[in-house]
Order: sequence, then structure tokens, then C-alpha cells
Amino acid sequence: MTDTPMDIESFTAAALQDIALCNALADLEQIRVRLLGKKGELTNQLKNLGSMDPDARRAAGAIINAAKDQLTNALDARRDALQTIELERQLAAETVDVTLPGRGQSIGGFHPVTRSRMRIEALFRNAGFDIVDGPEIEDDWHNFAALNIPDNHPARAMHDTFYFADGRLLRTHTSPVQVRAMREMRAPLRVIAPGRVYRCDSDMTHTPMFHQVEGLVVDENISFANLKAVLHDFMKSFFEADVSMRLRPSYFPFTEPSAEVDISCVACSGRGCRVCKQTGWLEVAGCGMVHPNVLKAVDIDPEKFTGYAFGMGVERLTMLRYKVNDIRLYFENDLNFLRQFN
Amino acid sequence: MKISLQWLSEWVDVGSDVNALSHALTMAGLEIEGISSAAPAMQGIVVAEVLETHRHPDAEKLSVCRVNDGQQELQIVCGAANVRAGIKVPLATVGAIMPSGMEIKKAKLRGVESFGMLCSAKELGLAEESNGLLELPASLTAGQNLIDALKLNDTIFEINLTPNRGDCMSVLGVAREVAALNGRALEMPVQNAVAPTIQDIFPVRIESSGCRKFVSRVIRGINPGARSPEWLRERLRRSGVRSISAVVDVTNYVLLELGQPMHAYDLSRLQGGIVVRQARDQEQTTLLDGKRIKLTSDVLVIADDNAAHGMAGVMGGLDSAINDDTIDLLLEVAFFEPDAVAGRGRRYGLVTDASQRFERGVDFNLQERAMERATQLILEAAGGRAGPMQVTRTSVGQRDPIVMRHQRLQKVLGQVIPAAKVEEILRSLGMMVSSSDGRSDHWQVTPPSWRFDINIEADLIEEVARIYGYDNIATTPAPMVQRLRPVTERRIPAERMKNILIDRGYQEAITYSFTDPVVQQILFPDQGGLALANPISSELGVMRLSLWPGLVQALSFNQRRQQPRVRLFELGRKFSGDGQCEMDVLAGIAGGTLLPKQWGETARAVDFFDVKADVQALLDITGCVGRFAFEPARMAALHPGQAARIVRDGQPVGWIGLLNPRIVNALDLSYPAYVFELEISSTFVSQSPEYKEISKFPAVHRDLAFWVANDVTVEAIARNVREAVGSWLQELTVFDVYHGKNEDKGKKSIALGLNLQDTSRTLTDADVDAAMARVIERLAQHVNAQLRDK
Repeated sequence: MTDTPMDIESFTAAALQDIALCNALADLEQIRVRLLGKKGELTNQLKNLGSMDPDARRAAGAIINAAKDQLTNALDARRDALQTIELERQLAAETVDVTLPGRGQSIGGFHPVTRSRMRIEALFRNAGFDIVDGPEIEDDWHNFAALNIPDNHPARAMHDTFYFADGRLLRTHTSPVQVRAMREMRAPLRVIAPGRVYRCDSDMTHTPMFHQVEGLVVDENISFANLKAVLHDFMKSFFEADVSMRLRPSYFPFTEPSAEVDISCVACSGRGCRVCKQTGWLEVAGCGMVHPNVLKAVDIDPEKFTGYAFGMGVERLTMLRYKVNDIRLYFENDLNFLRQFN
Repeated sequence: MKISLQWLSEWVDVGSDVNALSHALTMAGLEIEGISSAAPAMQGIVVAEVLETHRHPDAEKLSVCRVNDGQQELQIVCGAANVRAGIKVPLATVGAIMPSGMEIKKAKLRGVESFGMLCSAKELGLAEESNGLLELPASLTAGQNLIDALKLNDTIFEINLTPNRGDCMSVLGVAREVAALNGRALEMPVQNAVAPTIQDIFPVRIESSGCRKFVSRVIRGINPGARSPEWLRERLRRSGVRSISAVVDVTNYVLLELGQPMHAYDLSRLQGGIVVRQARDQEQTTLLDGKRIKLTSDVLVIADDNAAHGMAGVMGGLDSAINDDTIDLLLEVAFFEPDAVAGRGRRYGLVTDASQRFERGVDFNLQERAMERATQLILEAAGGRAGPMQVTRTSVGQRDPIVMRHQRLQKVLGQVIPAAKVEEILRSLGMMVSSSDGRSDHWQVTPPSWRFDINIEADLIEEVARIYGYDNIATTPAPMVQRLRPVTERRIPAERMKNILIDRGYQEAITYSFTDPVVQQILFPDQGGLALANPISSELGVMRLSLWPGLVQALSFNQRRQQPRVRLFELGRKFSGDGQCEMDVLAGIAGGTLLPKQWGETARAVDFFDVKADVQALLDITGCVGRFAFEPARMAALHPGQAARIVRDGQPVGWIGLLNPRIVNALDLSYPAYVFELEISSTFVSQSPEYKEISKFPAVHRDLAFWVANDVTVEAIARNVREAVGSWLQELTVFDVYHGKNEDKGKKSIALGLNLQDTSRTLTDADVDAAMARVIERLAQHVNAQLRDK
């Protein structure tokens, strides 16, 4: 170490060049230590100032400190620049193909019939209906006799009933739940009864098991006009479309007046197509005013109370809504079918 | 039921707009299911008279005919056997278009020119089978267009009748309905009585209340080979009924026209007299269709002195049936009570035109008219001499009036309908309406003899509504009383359970409640399902004891469609072997790979613990997972080493396990699968949560690993750890299981992670060390566990 002050100007210039040419953070750090570290070249120059006379010390000190500031700034700037480059390199290395699929378990889904059933339940629950259920193995009384279908009634032939050896049967409709609900809950009541029903029948539009939703309202002033209103509201809500509805006189032993419920075809908006067999109308439910004999069978006074009831096939509504063309698909449980409703 | 509008228009003005009529009937409850033409489209077919015929010089079976087509004489070559001079037949002229679409051209047949074709009924689409040319009535004029001549421009309605409207199962019945709907009068043709030309009668005795009236008549000397007239056969054809013989055709015609079933006996085959009586138990009779049946005493029969001749109102007997030789007849036109006929035929698999009408009810005033109509037609078609009409009756039919209140009508319908309108509607339907002393708050309404479906006020309200038009009734939302029903938190909604499984990759399935007894037997060899008496097929023959048979079949279905991974669940009902108990269960099946095929994860098969995690997720939603346990247990359907009974508070609520390899083989499954089943009512009872204080003091974590024998369950270890540590134990995890090899064979190492914490203070090292010492000691004592070296 000499006492001779070095040529600060050329020293600084050389150092700045070193800094500018440095391409790695680690190298830059070495340069900083060499210049400004405890034993660095510039630090030594500062240390030497002590041996100088005050005037020279002041002048030299100002020069050295200016050089130190200059170098410090240059080092910081170079470090920032190198850090930015380093970060960019790291980010580039970490880049993934965001179009690759995510990993892990996939989700499943509800059966389409359940999908409809849940929507139906939600719509009626909103309207204050309770949801009730009953057994699927029924006796003759609940399935037929209490519903004004005595033995030998021609309507029994329309039911294609599954029987057991002891005379019990698989319920052919959800209507026996009406009987049970009225006996247990008494009037007034407002219920729907969704569930499985069974008929000895099988083709493109029939399966030996299917789902119905039964509706029943009994109160002191329930009218056919009320029935029309609730069904039309339901059809519009279920299909999320401004469908037209008509009631067509029909016959069920347990309602009177009875009607079939037709809605304007949801496939062609009533213009006529293959789905509605060119009629523009689709039969989607049966309904009517509860027959006085049914009320009597459960000890409800038909003079005081009137009621309406309706029943609809969930598979049929689901077929129309989701354009399923073969009812048997529902019970094959083909994953390629089921996944379409997820 | 098929009905010809031409025929109908003889009874009522049907108007000119077929679609309007169809709509009106449909909206009145007589659904028109189909509208068709009486004859297929054809052009250029005329009536022609055959003038003379010669044998074709070069073909034995062909005739060369000279025919008159009304304008000129033409030469036609014809192959029909019945062609002969003098008959009138349909002629397709040159240029005519046949129903098949074929155009008739001038042709040469074996060298002889032919200018058109003489046609059979089949060629014209008027019959399914025909033998030779269609011979037309001599009254037709040569040159007439066949469509006009046979009135083929007719429309056929296919009516879907509801079971209550037996009165509409005839031209007369539908005509009445049209009359009511259009406000027109019924144009009932006059029916003259047939004057008897012989005095023969055949004795009739009624011994059962099931028969109220029995009208009979002897006709002697008919021509047994006679055919019914062309117009009558054509009407039968349009109604979908085959022509058989003059007498049978006439009975069918009267049935179609008036809705009155009737029967003709061969008089020579009846002994003594007719007795209408209940059958004797075990009595036998042979029906017209040749079937020999055994009767019971609730079946009404028509018998003679010797034997029953068929079931009354259902089907006649073979022994007294008319045949090709019958010359003398006894005609029967009866009224049988609906209750005496209903269901009887169905017991023997018989649903006949007669039984359908009788069990719904036939107008009890109709029999005499029907007898006169039938007699007249038989005499016209087959000749013969008629005896007097004989009426044997036990009572006179009558209808009781029904009170109908105007206010009740309006209350039930929710629609104001003026009294005058109500009366008008009821009268248009043939009801007698007595308005009570000018005040119209109620009426006495007597339904007509043909309406068996009208017995109470509600029946009348329906009639008024139907004719008034459902479309014209208001649409009024019901006012709703606000009342909140209790909703319990204890029951977990089905949707919540299903969502757990769906979010874990399961698809919901719905399988039949009846299943294949063979598959069920393989799964549950020591239980029997409740068998259906009349299954749709043997594969759907018994009620399911579990949801597994259906799910296993769904698995198999998907395996056969190359699905490498199946996750299915179903929420549905299972049935005990006696069918007395129905229980809702949630069941699932999982087979194939754990995850859908994907990048970055090594594919592996789903295992017991993957599926157990799914089940545990289900149990977690109850909020009281600690009350459940999985106990090693055995059941035939499951692998003995990978099966657990799931219990809640010690009570069984379900099963989980690997399908027994025996089943995988028996059902030819391409990969094994795990199944589970949980009873809804006992499993999914939720405990409402209760807040517990969260500790502010630091938790201490310790890991311990032990060697235990292979048959020591983690459940037992965990129980002992909990006992040993007490309330400080916040969390206990199993983070490694290692099965020993070589000298450690038969042992397994279980690594446990323990989190300890107190709510009132910071635990000291001494506290924790003491607790660990208790754990080590207790495990050594109870499950012979050795602490593994660090």
C-alpha cells in the first residue's frame, strides 16, 4: 500500500467498465468486495486519508467519496439489471403448458331422471307442497279399491299390474300415496309424492318400472280452475318456455272431472313434428278433481273439502326436456349416456 | 274404435270440416287418435259391366272379355276365375293409377291386346285378401267412378275411448255426442217392426239377477250360404271387422251401429229351452274359439236344458254356434248387468267386443230395437221366416234422479256458468232436467238409460264441464295459506349424500327394483328374494335384496363397452325376502383404475381404502363420524379378507368390501370391484354441531412407530392411544404402514402422528413425555406392540 494517491479518475473508469461487463450476480459481488469491501481498493484509499494534511484530506476525500457513490450506484444498477435477467430466466424455465388437462379425480353426476325429479320437487316445494312417500309393494285396497277402482273395474285392465303370490302388488301409480297422505295428514294438505311405479309393459316408450310424481291438494275451496293454474305454471317453469297447455277430458276412476294434460310441443313449438306426431300437442300428465268416493274412503268430508290431484311421468318429461328418444336408455346405466347429464 | 263418418252422418249432421269435428270430439273426451281415408288414393277406376267372355286362345287361365265402361266397349284380358258375362266389376282404364302407384297401360297378354284391367278388392286396397274380381252391386251404372259408386270418399276416425264411455262404443253413441257438441238433433232412423211370418218361439227362463232382459226370436229357413250385401260388408271393413257370413255379419253390424252385442244360435243344436243362470262350480263349456274352460258360480251363462253354451255377455259356445249348414236360428239380444259380466272374461284371457260393452253398460232400452234391426237385415241378406219377438224380463230398467246444485258446480269448477247454460248442456246429453220451482239453485237430473257412468252429482259436474269446454274454464291460482312445516336438521337430504359421491367421481345409476334371480342368488346364496307372480321376463323376476345385483349388472354392462373405470351409485329401495320390509339404501360400486386415464399420474387400480375414503366422506356429513366403526366381518358376496360391516354405535348400518372372486368369475367380470351399501335411515342421522373451545396454547407433535402382529387392527391401536392420552389428544393420524419381511414377517409397523394440546395451559415436555410413556406401555400391554427403534 503506498501513500501516493492513485489516479482516482482512471481507477473509477476501469471499475465502471468491469461492472458494466459483469454478467453474473456472483461476479458482481466479487467486484463489489474488491472495490468497496472492508479491504477494498477504494476503502483503502479512504483509510489512507487519515495520514494526509487536512486540506489535502478534504480535497482527496471529496474525490474518493464521489467515486464511491458513483461505483455504488453503478453496482446497484447492474445488480438490478442482472436480477431481472436472472428472474426472467427462471420464469422462462418454469413455464408450463397451461393447455394440459388438470389432474386428479373427475366429477360424476346425477341420473337424468333424478335431475328432473329434483327440479320438480324444488318447484312444488316453492309453492308450499310437502314431499311424501309410501311403500312400493302395496295392497289392493291402497292401489285400487280406495281409489274408486273396485274389483273387475275395466280401468284395472289398463294398469298391467305386477302381482305377488299372496295378492300384494307393485304399485302401478303413485296415487296410493294420496290415500296414505290423506289418512295421516288429514285435510287441508298440499303434497307431492315422487317415486317408482311398476307396470308389466316394455317397448320404446314403456319400461316395467318408471317414476311418477303425484300431486294432491285438498282444502276448503279448491277448484278445477286452481288445478289449471298450478299445472300451467309448472309446465312453463319445468320447460323454461312459454308453453301452451290444454286440458282434455279423460277418465280416471279417482278423479272427476278428469283430464289429460297436453302442452304445446316443446320440440316444434306446436307447429307439428315427429315428436308430437304432427299434432302440435304432447300428452304429459293426467289430472282431475279428487273423486268424492276417494275422500270418503279416507274419512274426509267431500262437502266441506274439495281437492285436485295430478300425476306425471318423470321419464316422459325428462325425455322431452333433454331430447332422449328411447326410455330404455334410462335403466341401462351406460356411462356414455349418464355422463351426458353431468 | 274405428268409425266411418259416412255411417255417422246417417245419424247426425257431422258438418263439413273433418278437422273441426275431430278437435271437438277430442276436447270432449273422445280422443281422435287417427284420421284416415276409407280407401287408398286411386284414379281412373270405373264401374264396368262384363258383356261376354271367351277363353284366351293361348292361355288356359286367361279370359278375353268384352266390357262396357259406360262409353264404349273394350277388350280386356282377365285372369280371375269368377269373371263372367253380366257381372259388374271395377275397371282400371288405360291411364288409371292404382293404389300401389302403378299406372295402367295398354298391354298385350299372350298376343291379345288388353285395354285396362279388371280389379279385385285386394288390388284396390279394399281388402287384405280377395278371391277373384270384386263383384259390384248390379244396381250400379257402368261408367260411374268407383269412388263415388262405393262412396269410398269416406273418412275413418280412430277413437280412443275411455273405459267410462261404453255408451260411445257405437255409431249411435258417437252420433249422440256429436249432436250434443254441435247443438244438433240426433237423426234416429225409423226402425220398423218386422211382422212375424211364423209363430215359433223357443222357451226362455231367467234364473239370475245378472240378466234383466232377454229378447229372443226364432228365424227359420235362412239360406246358409248367403253373403251379406256389399254395402254392409264395406261398412264392416271400414270398422275393421272381417266379413264372415250373413248372420255373423249382421250381428256385428248391429253391435257397431247400436252398441248392442247379440248372439245367434243354431236352433237345431239347442235342447229344450234357454236358461239364463249362474254357472255351477266346475261346470265346463267350450267357447266359440274352441277353448274348453271350467267355470265358477259367479259366471253368468246361457244354457239350454243340457249344458251351458258359453259365457253370457262374453262369448258364445261352440256347441250351439251357427255354421255353414245352419238353417234355423235363435237370435239373442240381452241386457246383462255390468257387475255380472265385469272381469269374467279377463279371467280366461278374453276381452271381446261384447264383454267390453256389457261390462261398461249397454242401454237397457235398446234390445227391442236391436232385435228388429238384426231381423230385418238377416231377412234381407239370407231370407228366412221370422217368428215373433219374445221379451223375457225380470225387471224394468229405470234411472233415479240425481240432485245437482248450481253452487256446488261452480265451486268445484271455479267458474261461473249460468243456470240456463247448465240446463241446456244436460238436456243435450239426453238428461231429464227438472228445474225446481223456477229457482235454479239446484236441479233434479235423470240420466238417460245409456249412461252407466252417471250416478252422482260429481258425474254431472264433469258432464257440464266437458261440454262447456275445459278451455273455457278459468285459470285461477289458489290462494295459499302461509304455514311453515318443521324441517329437521337431523335428516340429511338425499341430495347432500349424492353430491358427496358425485364430487368423488361417481355417476348416479337407476336400476330395476326387480332383478335376475340367478345373479341375486350368486351374490346372496342363503337368502331368497320375493318373486313376482307375473314377471315381465325371468331376468326381472324377483325383488332385489340389495342394490348390488343391479349395480353389478351395470358394471358388467359398462365393462363390455370397454369402460376402464366404473364408479356408480344408486339410492333406492331394497326389499326383504318376504316383502314386508322396504328400506332405502345408498349403494355404490367402484372398479377399474383409481383415476381417469391422465398424464403425470401412474395408473393404479382402485383399492379398498380408496372406496373406504368415499364411504367415510359420506359418514363425515353426519357430523358424528366417531360413532361409526368398520368391523372385519364376512358375507358371501364379499372377499373374506376385504370386507367390513359398518356400524353406528355398535348397530350394523352397512357393508363395504371387495366382490368375492367367486362372483367375478361367475359373472365373467373383466375386473374386480368394490361395493358398499348404507341404510339411509340408520346411517344418515345428523348430530347438530356444538361449539368446542379452540385452544390458544401451542400444540405439540410427536411421532411414534410400533411393531405389531398382522392381525392387530389400527382401530384397536387408536382406541388404546386415545385411552392412554386422554383429552389432550387433538389428532391421531396413521402416516405409514409397513409389512415386515424376512425375520419381521407376520408383523407390521404402524407409524402414528399425535397432536397434543390443552385448552388451559402450554404442555411441558414432561407432560408430553409422560403421555408418550403411557401410550407405549398401554400398547405393549394390550396389543403387544413394540416401539420401533428410531
